[in-house]
Amino acid sequence: MGGALNQLPIGLSIGAVLLLIALGLTFTFGQMGVINMAHGEFIMAGAYTAYLLQDVGFPIALPAAFLVAGLMGLALERVAIRHFYGRPLDTLLLTWGVSLVLQQAARDLFGAPNVQVVSPGWLRGSVGVLPYNRLFIMLLAALSVVAIWAYLNRSAPGRRMRAVMQNRGLAATTGIDTGRVDGLTFFIGSGLAGVAGVALTLIGPVGPTLGTYYIVDAFLVVVAGGLGQLKGAVLAAAGLGLLNSYAEFWTNASLAKVIVFVAIIGFLQFRPQGLFVLRSRALT
Amino acid sequence: MTAGGADVTARGADVTAEGADMAATAPVVVRQAPPEPARPRWSRLGGPAAFTATAVLVLVVAPLLLEPFRLGLLAKYLCYAIVALGIGLAWGQGGMLTLGQGVFFGLGGYAMGMYLKLHDAGGDLPDFMVWSGVEKLPALWAPFGNPVFALAMAVVVPVLVALALGTLVFRQRVRGAYFAILTQALAAALVILLVGQQGLTGGTNGLTNFFDIFGNDVAADTTQRGLYLTVAIVLGVLYLGAWQLVRSRFGRLLLAIRDGEDRVRFLGYDPATVKTVTFAMSAGMAGIAGALFVPVVGIISPALLGVVPSLELVVAVAVGGRYALAGAVLGAVVMGYARTYFSEELPDAWLYLQGALFILVMTLAPKGVAGLASGVAAGLRGRLARGRAAA
Repeated sequence: MGGALNQLPIGLSIGAVLLLIALGLTFTFGQMGVINMAHGEFIMAGAYTAYLLQDVGFPIALPAAFLVAGLMGLALERVAIRHFYGRPLDTLLLTWGVSLVLQQAARDLFGAPNVQVVSPGWLRGSVGVLPYNRLFIMLLAALSVVAIWAYLNRSAPGRRMRAVMQNRGLAATTGIDTGRVDGLTFFIGSGLAGVAGVALTLIGPVGPTLGTYYIVDAFLVVVAGGLGQLKGAVLAAAGLGLLNSYAEFWTNASLAKVIVFVAIIGFLQFRPQGLFVLRSRALT
Repeated sequence: MTAGGADVTARGADVTAEGADMAATAPVVVRQAPPEPARPRWSRLGGPAAFTATAVLVLVVAPLLLEPFRLGLLAKYLCYAIVALGIGLAWGQGGMLTLGQGVFFGLGGYAMGMYLKLHDAGGDLPDFMVWSGVEKLPALWAPFGNPVFALAMAVVVPVLVALALGTLVFRQRVRGAYFAILTQALAAALVILLVGQQGLTGGTNGLTNFFDIFGNDVAADTTQRGLYLTVAIVLGVLYLGAWQLVRSRFGRLLLAIRDGEDRVRFLGYDPATVKTVTFAMSAGMAGIAGALFVPVVGIISPALLGVVPSLELVVAVAVGGRYALAGAVLGAVVMGYARTYFSEELPDAWLYLQGALFILVMTLAPKGVAGLASGVAAGLRGRLARGRAAA
């Protein structure tokens, strides 16, 4: 029983990381129809930022990683992805090319072997079965969700973003600069991936292919949660994180992914568009 | 001929070629590009002539000129070309971007590998099972001692998996990017499963160390040459089959679904069935390719069928030209060569090159090399036609 209880913080913290990653994906996917395979490399960029700044201090690393990954995302959107709207499958392959380049760049800059980031002293230790580092990751994700919620619902740029997501043409005719909104969405989404990267340094080593481990699961969160849905992303991330860690606990690591996959396919039989659906009259 | 007409031909020359008999049955065709003027005879013969020339080149010239090592490499690329053909069918013709063809390739490969392993062991346990402490042959393995069963399973298992996935997914109208993500997740899951079941699958090492295939030494030059010819002939037959399929009514329906699935459904067709069947066919091709790949290369392992190899094949198809079956096949062979060449000469630069090539193709030539070629050909034809009109 104690073993099963131990899985709870592990599952929830994995879910929290997935959530941070999936938030960016769900909004870029929902708003622009872009499948960004390079998103995983923004996680890696965030993690390496934390590695470089580990002597400066962990609290500095979080905003720095947000900025680094965010700017990379903004650059990618402005330079390349902007020309591909309406061709989601092409963006998928384009961004995969970008992700290959970024991985090799990381290998050349930091070396192929994994590096370890020393977590700050105040994150070692635990309350009961709950280690501080995993608790911190959950708090970080919770904070990000609140911030995103406030941004979407209580700020002018957030309202513009929702408008573009619901109806791009109508938003444009009311005077919203949709290109600007797209850039901003990409910046924030990629920045969150950077924050997720910092969180990952607390629970494991950092390597050039760090992002690829999480990107597939993060996409499943988007599929299960529904496109551009904050609530959906939160629930799906928590569900997938828990399912992953308990499936690993009760069977073994190699079967867990298969179980998760079958569960997602089964889930899509009931809710083909995910938990929550943006209602529209358009033919999907 | 106008520039607009040239655009249409680049997308699907077959569609416009059918324009003539469509016009006979349907009196009014709204918003359809004007039918292409009848092509000169040399142009209609171009396809079969190119196919024959390629067949001669691959079956006669290559075995004479290439040394055994290079011939073996070409055989490997031709195996990938079979997978690419399936991707061209599913993605180029049907609009289903499958990022998990490695799964079907691997299922076919493992079926073949299991037979070869059992055959080599000759009644004993395969070597890797002994190393991982397995004492009795697992029930899953037992029937694969029969070559006919193993070869059949190399096709049947991938087809069944694809039918099941396709039915579950396409019936619920899950499509486009969602489908791509699901197939990718399947590839990721299978790799982890194979690595984890060490005693059953050989883990990370996969199945390797084969000695004998149907009474011949696998490594011998003559065997490898025979395998090469087998792969080439299988590819040719599958290519002709796929080509015929694309020209059939089924193929036309598939194209229509790619370009407007809802409209096809409103016309009373069932897109889910058409897509599922096509997906299963492309999976079957990948399975055949996997079964051929194992004796040619001598190994099947999780690293050969995960997310990255699956994506690389899609890349190759995109580079070659996804809308033309020949482009897909050519893309796989060329990318295979490029990969070998650059990883021998400039190992560090290969990923940069691959990434950059990919970004460039997607940005500048989304229809790939085949698209560029047919664009040039259409331009030339247009110029000729204009020249004649002026004269």
